[in-house]
This record gives sequence, C-alpha cells and structure tokens, in this order.
Amino acid sequence: MNNNRIIHHQILGNLPECKWVKITVDGKRIKAREGETIAAALIAAGVKVFRYSVKRDEPRSLFCAIGRCTDCVMIVNNRPNVRTCVTLVENGMKIETQKGLGKRQINHEGS
Amino acid sequence: MKEVELAVIGAGPAGLSGAIESAKKGVNVVVFDENKRPGGQLFKQIHKFFGSKEHMAGIRGFKIGEMLLEEANKLGIPVYLDSPVIGINKDKVVAYVRDEKIQYIVTKKILVATGAMENVIQFPGWTLPGVMGAGAVQTMINIERVLPGKRILMVGTGNVGLIVSYQLMQAGAEVIALVEAKPEIGGYGVHASKIKRANVPIYLKHTIAQAEGKNFVEKAVIAEVDNNFKIISGTEKELKVDLICLAVGLSPLIELINLLDCKQIYVSELGGWIPLHDENMETACKGVYVAGDVSGVEEASSALDKGRIAGIAIAESLQHIPIEAASREIDGIRTRLNELRCGPFGEVSLQGNNKIYQAMRRWENEQGN
Amino acid sequence: MNRGISFSGTPSEEELEKSPGYPPEEIQRKKKVVIIECIQEIPCNPCEEACKFGAISVGKPITNLPQVDFEKCIGCGQCIAKCPGLAIYLLDYNYNEDDAAISFPYEYYPFPNEGETVNAVDRKGNFVSKGKVIKVSNPKVNECTAVITITFPKQYYKEIRSIERIRGEKNV
Repeated sequence: MNNNRIIHHQILGNLPECKWVKITVDGKRIKAREGETIAAALIAAGVKVFRYSVKRDEPRSLFCAIGRCTDCVMIVNNRPNVRTCVTLVENGMKIETQKGLGKRQINHEGS
Repeated sequence: MKEVELAVIGAGPAGLSGAIESAKKGVNVVVFDENKRPGGQLFKQIHKFFGSKEHMAGIRGFKIGEMLLEEANKLGIPVYLDSPVIGINKDKVVAYVRDEKIQYIVTKKILVATGAMENVIQFPGWTLPGVMGAGAVQTMINIERVLPGKRILMVGTGNVGLIVSYQLMQAGAEVIALVEAKPEIGGYGVHASKIKRANVPIYLKHTIAQAEGKNFVEKAVIAEVDNNFKIISGTEKELKVDLICLAVGLSPLIELINLLDCKQIYVSELGGWIPLHDENMETACKGVYVAGDVSGVEEASSALDKGRIAGIAIAESLQHIPIEAASREIDGIRTRLNELRCGPFGEVSLQGNNKIYQAMRRWENEQGN
Repeated sequence: MNRGISFSGTPSEEELEKSPGYPPEEIQRKKKVVIIECIQEIPCNPCEEACKFGAISVGKPITNLPQVDFEKCIGCGQCIAKCPGLAIYLLDYNYNEDDAAISFPYEYYPFPNEGETVNAVDRKGNFVSKGKVIKVSNPKVNECTAVITITFPKQYYKEIRSIERIRGEKNV
C-alpha cells in the first residue's frame, strides 16, 4: 500500500489514533484522517497530480501549502477551485482532478 | 458595529504575544487569523530554539506555541480563526470574512502581524508536481505528518533549508543533496554539521538547472554557477529525486497594510519591502503597529519580542499603563531582543533594523513631528 | 583541506583547537570529558545552565563561545541533550584497553539497540569503523534528544562523532 504517513517520529511521537473518513478521488475510494487537509490525504495516498493548468494543460500540485498560490486547487463536491491545502476532509467528499478552470456543476437546490 | 481597542491581524507568535501583553494591561483585544489553526509557523518548528532562557532556548517551537495559546486562553482573548481580514481603512475599520459573510469591527489600534511568504526561483520544470516551498514541506511533515517525497533535493542552505533538511530525515526521507548558489553555507554551522554527519552532500556554488519528469518530478539537474550566478555549462549533474524544496528566502506579507498606504522602505537584509516603523513598532500610520516577520524577517524569538514591545506600546498609547512603566518594560525586552542581533549572523538583522529606525526618524522630522 | 565550517559544514581542526569548549589532546586522553564543538558566535547559552558543576560558561554577550573548565567537568553527560545545535559530546578515551567510548545526541527514529554493532561515522558522515552501542538513553528530561553511547577502537577518538542513521523499520 502506498502510504506516505509518518507513523513513528522521535520528536512528534507515534501517529495518534483518530477517526477515519472516506473520500473519493476521481472515483477511487481512499481513507483520510479526520481533521486533516484534503492535500494531506491525497499526498498520503500517493496522488501526484491535483490539476492541469489552464493554458498548457500541465500537471500541477501542492506548492505553498498555505492557501496563497492556488496550485493545489481541485473540484470538491462539484465545486471547482477549492484550495485543497486549507480545506479539511469531510466524510463522503468527492474530489476530482481539475482540468483548467473547472466547470461549476451546481444545481440550485444545493452547492 | 462591534468596537474594540485593539485588533490584531495574525495569530502567529508576534500577534499572539502582542495580544497577550496588551490584554494583561487591560486592553480590549481581538485577534484574527485566516487559518483554521493558530500559531503561525510556530507549530512546525520541532527543533529546540537557540537564544537565552528568556528566549525559551532549548524549548521546541511547538511547545512555545502551546504555551502562548494557553496564556491567550487564560486571558480570555478572543481568537477568530478561519477569519481572513480583507480590509482595513484609515478610520480603523477592519473588514473580515467569517461564517461566509463580511463582517466589520472598529478599533482604536491595529497590530499587523501577517508574517512573511516564501520566495521562489524559477527554472525549467519548476511547475511540476514535486516542487514545493520548504515551508510547505515542513507543514506537511510536521503538522500533517505526511511525506510529500522520499528522495529530496533542497535548494538553499539558509537556516530554513538546513533545518527542514534535517527534519525531512527525522521524518524518514533521504536527503540526496543541498545546493547553495553562494560560495558559503548561509545558515548556522551547527545545523549544517547535522546534515554532514548524515553524510548528505552540500554543493556550494551550485543551483538547480532543471526539474525533469513526465507528470511529476523524477530527476533534478544541478549545475555549478560562476560568480554572477550563471550556470557553467558542462558542470551539470543529474540527481534522482522526487521532491525539490525551495528554501530561498522569505518576504514580508505587506499586502494588507498597503491598503493604508503606510510608508515603506526596502531592506534587503530583512526580506524586502517593510512598513516604516519606530522602535516601539508603530508605523508611519498613527495607531497602526507591526510585529513579527512583516516588520522584517528574523526568527521566531524576535517575533515574540517585537510582538511584546508592540503590545506594551499599544497599552501605553491607550493609557492603560503610564509611559514610564511602559518604557522600562520595553527597554528590558529590547535589550534582550538585541542579544539575538549579535554576532556575524545577528549583525545583519541589526543593520537592517537600524536602517528602518533611521528612515522612520527622518520621515518624522520631515512631517514636522 | 577543510576551509572551515562555513564552507564544508564541519569545523576544521583549527576552528576546533581555537574553541574554548574543545579540550586539548592531553585532557581528551586523560579523563572522561565533554567536547563542545560550537565554534560560531551565535546567540545561544543553554549549555551554561546545563552543567550543575559550573564547568560551562558563556556569559555576556550570549554570542560568546562556551568555555569549559575541564577540571570541573566530571563527565556526567547531562549537557549533551541540552544543546539546541546538537554540538556537545562526551568522550571516554580510556573506556577500556582497546576502545574509547563516545556519547552523542540522536534525534532520529528508530534507535539502534543496546549491544548492536553499528557503523561509526565522522563529522562528514563517512564510515570510520564498526562500533558497539552500549547505551541508548532517552529520558523525558532530555525532551526527545536521545543520547547514544558507542565504543570503538580508540585510535579514532578524534574522528568518530556519530553513527550512520539507522533506517531499519521504516517510520513511513
């Protein structure tokens, strides 16, 4: 299993127990830790590309991790341009690789 | 509209210590932070701090963060997280986003402690997944506890580059190399020695020429540079890495304070454009103070002290404490702060800060103050 | 040729010999003694308070290099974990007839096991000789800076400063 989580650490101690939530990434189900950011969950699961750029269709992923550069945006629950580095996972979240600006697929009943 | 005496923007070490000092003296204060977690960059600092006992030397950064938060909680200071401040004006109205709507607060004093952001360098392939700021990597490994890569190239040997390289090894990654364009290691020798003891090469007078890979970083090409930092062709070396960290400096985040047209000065020693301010951290815009990296990129210990100075000065200007008491306390902190600005590394900061104070005095004279 | 710590990342012989925390050779070979390889003026002084016997002094300004009174040093090693720069060691040249022992700070996971044979390395992380772990100490008071003691052939007493990082069971 490709799991990039740091389980043991001399300074931080062992990874504490937590509640796990289930999210999907481009249809694939992955586990995420409650309270972590979407970006962290994706990196833990080995997802390398988060989106493709607008003009040249180039792969992009996490860069600043502080919510400023927007390189990490993905479509979350049908909403594009969500900064995955500052957005926390929620059970049942649907994450999709964003191509370009992404298309907003929102019906009027809910977002 | 809600009214307070002091609005602090930024719940990092500078903002929190400023809020704590002023609250201790009875100031009605509220703190805003755009992040969901307080503490700024403190909680990622898992190494023991340097300095003196008063600077909490020997204590790990995240412990200091916990201590600060505890103190703020004890004092009942409201800290509005996930509440980005989107505007401030000369009437000291602060606009922020909270609960999905724009809200306002009017205040008598503002402390801008918005910190700094990482610089970047551009090279072919720099947009590939797997190229990240060193601070970003530090957040991932120390806060989120995930490894964004297993084989690392670190660009930059200032303290950030050296410390994050060490922390990457503590997280279980292999650091393949560090490159530094200058002919000398930028950060502390003791940090470099830890890297060396781990048998990691440090290539001086080298830079990253290219990042290669189809959809993400698979290789990095480093090369030697001449005295003008131009790549010397023929010196290219290929390294098999999956993560390239850029530790190439920080720049103060002055966008918010620029809304007030606060006079600035360019100080390269402290990271770039900095709002002009006096030794009590008050800017050229009366009633607006700065502290922490936004007032000049130094270290966490300096941010804590500058925040305290600002907090005390603000309490005095709001007449919660007499000026003599304030001056005494501030002098004590300033003496301690200047201890950090000694020696070959600290002198650079000292020079930079003196430039700011001198320029501020000149400006004040020009205004006929 | 080591031009010095700013160029190589490791202190040169000259830098070490000039430093008041680095014991002269006779003392290194005579008794169990602290070695402080702190050779740059940075504002830092936790080592001063770390020694209950008053053997380490920094004074003011706190950028002063730590000075060791090697007579007062009894070789207890309490200071090792207190240095934020991980620059303090304890050398026991006369551990036994063949071997010297060195205690050094270690903050990686996992630890080696006591009794284990390890690769002892120099300041550049280069392999010098095999060593044996005789103690791994990680008390709470050290705040996560463990102290490991290894023995090794005594002729390498000036070179060996650590062990090759243990990879073993992955922490990821």
